[in-house]
Amino acid sequence: MIPIVSLLLVFTFLLSVAGLFVLIWSISTGQFSMGPDAPHVIFDKDEIGHPEDPAATREKHVALMGHLESARDTGAPLVQVSDEDLKTRFHIDQVAKTPVLYLVTSAVAWLLLGSIFGLIVSLKFHWPDWMTGSALETFGRLRPLHLNTVIYGWVSMAGMGVALWLVTRILKTPLVGSKWAVIGTSIWNVSVAVGTGALFFGWTDGVEWLEYPWQIDILFAVAGAMIGVPILLTIKNRKVHHLYVSVWYIGAAFVWFPFLFVIANLPGVHFGVQHAIVNWWFAHNVLGLWLTPLGLGAAYYFIPKVLGKPIHSYQLSLLGFWSLALFYSQVGLHHLIGGPVPTWIVTLSIVTSVMMFVPVVAVAVNHHATMIGHFKAMKYSPTLAFVVSGAMMYTLTSFQGSLQSMRWLNTVTHFTHSTIAHAHLGVYGFVSFIMFGSLYFILPRLTRWEWPHPRLVQAHYWLALSGIAIYFIFLTIGGTLQGMKMLDASAPFMDSVLIVNPYLVARSVGGSLMLLSHFVFAFNVFSILRHSGARKANAPFLYHPHFERQGEAK
Amino acid sequence: MSKTVGFIVAAIGILVFATILLIAIPSAQLAQIAPEKDLKPYTAQELRGRTVYVSEGCVYCHSQQPRDPSQAPDGLRGWGRPSTPGDYAYDYPHQLGTMRTGPDLLNIGVRQPSDDWHHAHLFQPRALVEWSIMPSYRYLYEVKDVATENDFVVKLPEKYAVKGKFVVAKQEALDLVAYLKALKRNYKSDQLQFRAPRTAEAKQ
Repeated sequence: MIPIVSLLLVFTFLLSVAGLFVLIWSISTGQFSMGPDAPHVIFDKDEIGHPEDPAATREKHVALMGHLESARDTGAPLVQVSDEDLKTRFHIDQVAKTPVLYLVTSAVAWLLLGSIFGLIVSLKFHWPDWMTGSALETFGRLRPLHLNTVIYGWVSMAGMGVALWLVTRILKTPLVGSKWAVIGTSIWNVSVAVGTGALFFGWTDGVEWLEYPWQIDILFAVAGAMIGVPILLTIKNRKVHHLYVSVWYIGAAFVWFPFLFVIANLPGVHFGVQHAIVNWWFAHNVLGLWLTPLGLGAAYYFIPKVLGKPIHSYQLSLLGFWSLALFYSQVGLHHLIGGPVPTWIVTLSIVTSVMMFVPVVAVAVNHHATMIGHFKAMKYSPTLAFVVSGAMMYTLTSFQGSLQSMRWLNTVTHFTHSTIAHAHLGVYGFVSFIMFGSLYFILPRLTRWEWPHPRLVQAHYWLALSGIAIYFIFLTIGGTLQGMKMLDASAPFMDSVLIVNPYLVARSVGGSLMLLSHFVFAFNVFSILRHSGARKANAPFLYHPHFERQGEAK
Repeated sequence: MSKTVGFIVAAIGILVFATILLIAIPSAQLAQIAPEKDLKPYTAQELRGRTVYVSEGCVYCHSQQPRDPSQAPDGLRGWGRPSTPGDYAYDYPHQLGTMRTGPDLLNIGVRQPSDDWHHAHLFQPRALVEWSIMPSYRYLYEVKDVATENDFVVKLPEKYAVKGKFVVAKQEALDLVAYLKALKRNYKSDQLQFRAPRTAEAKQ
């Protein structure tokens, strides 16, 4: 048995490495024939060299332009887009507006609910007799409610909304089947709502990340198809030749996730330990092949777009994409190191987890090299502040993930709060931050209104950032100490509980700041949707100056 | 448009490859493994109790997968020998868990065979374990003025007792405790080679 397994392992590893080499070869010899202007497709005529952030105030925008030399030298106007291009954008946005705003506002509502669940769960560690009067309030029900609400409600819906806008914007193509996407969003909302009710009443599939009952998952699949198919059809009908790298990530996410979701949720076919394998293969792929590509796709658009500067290396971004697909899809079983599963698949997952350094470094070099010399721009651009912080936390969480998958470190951190800290750095620090930044860019476009309270946008950023920093740092330390106590045979189990308690208090502090930031964010979104505050004359990059001139705006 | 199609085929192809490796082959391998021969199927009551274990989310704090002695001192804590695939033959949905806010429970039935202990502990964990941060599951119990012959009355230390009343286990609590007591994987396993080749070799 063991020799066969070793052979299989060596074979699959060699196949993956060979795949990587084929990939590098085909990129370097131009097999993908993207052409040298591919990274430029996100810019319209004369746009390169001119920053763009609709989330910045007029003053900040002037400062941003002053910071970027090219714009300063030319003494360019605030709006550097031709009337023709503005008109195209306007009409495309009109088509995407309803589904995107619907997805986004739903996401924000679920974010509030999900983070309230999260804070209650965190507080329950300090007061174990608090809210124990009925099954509906117990820790074991609220904990999965937190996870499922933020994953399927907040971050998936925000990610789909941003993806939808990005695809139509980058491909200069109006969304195909916008009505279907709206109906799909309604069904998705119903699914999350019914799923939430089900979990409250103890109706659960009982597997982490897959708790919603499979009957409700059918609704999710239908809703997802109604949102995903329009995106894929829009890609098919595109008006531009090049597929910018963001579209690769988004397109792939929309074919990967349904595949994963359906297989993992099939009722009655999984069994015993095999069920655990499917569980962690799925759970890690939700991050790796769904949330990560949605987040990276957005970062690949917004960083160069705001700076008015093409991405550092387009070839590197292709390498990053395909190696992510190749390796991320195999990492899930590092969650079962030391578990009762065949050793060879765990080893395979550890190897691919370490290989994840390849896509992560490719993406990190690309994002951060594009930013080099411009980090000060984060001060002027709220979009950049969130997106670049998110991209940094992506690098950090990915390195940490690769390290934590190695047996020596995993033995300590597995089964502890350290894993929870890592998950939050990924889903919150990375993906949610990029979603926040993206929404600050997109919503002024769709609502044709400036953010009414620029200070509250800043408040959101600093509350969220300090929240996740406190959360991650303290919980990582606490979890590591907990793991070390658990490995110390001379220490009673009690020690591993007592040592982590103070760090759990810090986690509640960080979590409270995050929740507070979400209320600020929700207020900001609410304000811009209602067009509150005074209309600012000549707000940068909004359509109204242009269309008012032409008498087309309402 | 062939480029778009080619792209989608490649993206799906990679995931199919990963799925064959990570799901299809291990599933075929695990399907060949018989239940441990000394493992008894759960009784109807134990299965009902398992449903309570699942719906109350015990898995979020308790694992059911002791590690190998070469990796961690799980065995020294009384959590049992490293578990094997055959130990879980009757477990669906699986409850292996990835968190140990509390101890591993795969052999809790060996460590705590007493109904009295389990019920008192579920009703108020701190009645028995002073430092525990486990939630109280008092909603699985009824506080009654009069207890009948058929009632399971929970014995509590004076500090936690409800004065002049009886704390009686509801059916869910009885089922849950039956399941917890059935968590015993202390028979001799002949499948250790599936998870920890080194241990199996050392024993031969």
